[in-house]
Amino acid sequence: MDLTYTQEQENFRQEARQWLEANVPSEPLASFDTPEGFEAHRQWEHKLNSGGWAMVPWPMEYGGRGANLLEWLIFEEEYYRVGAPGRVNQNGIFLLGPTIMEYGSPEQKARFLPKMASSEEVWAQGWSEPNAGSDMANIQATAITDGDAYVINGQKTWASRGAYAHWLFGMFRTDPDSSRHHGLTFILVPLDTPGITVRPIEKINGKKAFAEVFFDNARVPLDNRLGDEGQGWSVAMATAGFERGLMLRSPSRFQNTARKLVELYRKTLAAGGFVDPSLRDRVTRCWVEAEAYTLNTYQTVSRLMAGDKIGAEASLNKIFWSELDIRMHEAALSLLGARGELRPGAPGAEGVDDWLDGFIFALAGPIYAGTNEIQRNIIAERILGMPRK
Amino acid sequence: MEFNFSEDQQLLQQAVRDFLAGECTPAAVRELWETETGRSKAFWSQLAEIGVPGLLVPEDHGGLGMDERDMVLVLEEAGRAALAEPVISTAAVGVPLLVELGESGQTEFAKKWLGRVAGGEALLAVGYEQSPFVADAHVADLLLLPQGKDLHAVERGDISVTAQPSNDQSQRLFSVDWSPSEKTCVAQGTEGAALQAAAFDRGVLACAAEQLGVGQQLIDMAALYTSQRQQFGVAIGTFQAVKHRLANAKVQVEYARAVVYRAAHSAATGSAQRSADVSMAKVMAGEAALFATKEALQVHGAIGYTYEQDLHVWMKRAWSLDLAFGSGAWHRARLADAIIDGQGPANAFGYCAPGN
Repeated sequence: MDLTYTQEQENFRQEARQWLEANVPSEPLASFDTPEGFEAHRQWEHKLNSGGWAMVPWPMEYGGRGANLLEWLIFEEEYYRVGAPGRVNQNGIFLLGPTIMEYGSPEQKARFLPKMASSEEVWAQGWSEPNAGSDMANIQATAITDGDAYVINGQKTWASRGAYAHWLFGMFRTDPDSSRHHGLTFILVPLDTPGITVRPIEKINGKKAFAEVFFDNARVPLDNRLGDEGQGWSVAMATAGFERGLMLRSPSRFQNTARKLVELYRKTLAAGGFVDPSLRDRVTRCWVEAEAYTLNTYQTVSRLMAGDKIGAEASLNKIFWSELDIRMHEAALSLLGARGELRPGAPGAEGVDDWLDGFIFALAGPIYAGTNEIQRNIIAERILGMPRK
Repeated sequence: MEFNFSEDQQLLQQAVRDFLAGECTPAAVRELWETETGRSKAFWSQLAEIGVPGLLVPEDHGGLGMDERDMVLVLEEAGRAALAEPVISTAAVGVPLLVELGESGQTEFAKKWLGRVAGGEALLAVGYEQSPFVADAHVADLLLLPQGKDLHAVERGDISVTAQPSNDQSQRLFSVDWSPSEKTCVAQGTEGAALQAAAFDRGVLACAAEQLGVGQQLIDMAALYTSQRQQFGVAIGTFQAVKHRLANAKVQVEYARAVVYRAAHSAATGSAQRSADVSMAKVMAGEAALFATKEALQVHGAIGYTYEQDLHVWMKRAWSLDLAFGSGAWHRARLADAIIDGQGPANAFGYCAPGN
């Protein structure tokens, strides 16, 4: 155990910092859940990619930088330090990308990864269906082989980034007589395929963050299958592991929020306004817990770099970061007091920052990527060995 | 940057775990509870054979010459087994304090005691200003006690003790009556204060490491019990209401783990952030252990509330460890002072302290 950076790692940090400071947009971009914000974020991704910083841990041949996971963590710290834009293609780069790396054919890697890294193609998730939410094995959308294509029928919903994305990945039932985890196949679907209708869904802040997607005899080439036919569940579990585990929510995101929270506390106190006495402790706890999340991630990365794999413990992560995120934003809104409810742009909203949007976004955390109740079942059964039945 | 423990460290942890699983059973702990001292010389000799008291004693004084990154794993196992011997007083806090005293001029004094401690022949007790009591004072051959900023070393013949029975029968607390003199003073002023602060922080870290083990053990006991106990024709562990309690406890324990290990690294390397890091460790591990007591008790139902069931052996450890070396609340306050009022400790591996 040696918790210090090597000179090489320090150099990598400086390199990342210099590039980001020189290139990050000076003004925040519009939300990527709006048409103009979506394009602005794609432009930013394009810039990141041309600087070689879009997918730091990917091999160079697929548009990455060939860095290791520790360097990825360092890059993420620098990324949040400068307040760089959110990653519009996160479903692709953080979830599907690693899955293609593991299960994709050489042709699929060459076809999909570079365009994902540049965000020329932005990806949506297609897990849930109206009757397959937490019970994901109840998937009913079918993909039946017909010549050189799958013919897809059915419906997906809550497709994150679905409103503007170009592609969707998800599980479909290729064996209509199968049930539960069997007979499912992981398929990559271009959303401009005839027979596909995308209907955006507004979330509680009115933004079109996700969509329902209808398939009516949509033909998708058999080559778009990821992994073997009928093995979709295993492939999807790998993706879910990336989602709940390491990649989706890097610790610097929460460290940065905690740092901002401490600043907000100090500012509010200095301004002489009312500060609930319990907030001192709440703010301190948030800061400590963001540290705990960081330390846990560094430990996980050390383990993975030594050849270990991420397993059911991804469920521990998902609970911890999603619930911490809510606590941090609740504390901030308490500190803002009467101004906490103001929409950005209200005349009196100076200094309210993006805490309200962050709070609304944080509320989704315990629901997406498998509800926290499902994560608790996984922890109890697969880590603590408690009985399923 | 390497967070993993070495193979040797993992072997050490496993060896201690195996040894304690065989020797430090709940029945053995309860047997000790019924003795006058609550401590066993024979058992301490066995611990000395596997090197526990001398873990932090330098090799040229007859010890293993290891550091806090090794000790943290041993203490985690001590917590898991609810070990009632004075490992914290003697091995984790007393020994490094003697080593530092030796380095600051008390060479002969330190040498004499360190050899005896490593051999299992002498026990230490350490007082600290945050508590009016001294743990294990009744069996200690040498007590290191604060008097203002000064630090004194007093031998067992020069004190009298009054027992302060604890709710945790494994915890033996005492008021100590002693007289400071020029002869007993081993470090003065700022030097004495620095030694006291370092010793206190090592005690904080040691408690946190034990709390990790205690929390994990409580969860394991509850998971096992609920997998076996049947109601409504099924194991109660099949119910989500039961599963989720233990899953929540597991989340807390696992998110304390890396914080405790980082604090061990900070203590071993003399980091400027040592105090904040050990406070974070005790806050996270202490709350995890306390939370685990409640969830484990609830899922055991009435049987867990009995003296007969072993659950309370660990529950009492969690409660007394929370109060030792500064309560969880005390450490949260110390952290708030550092994070909010001060410049604050820098983020872990991070890029900026609050306010920068």
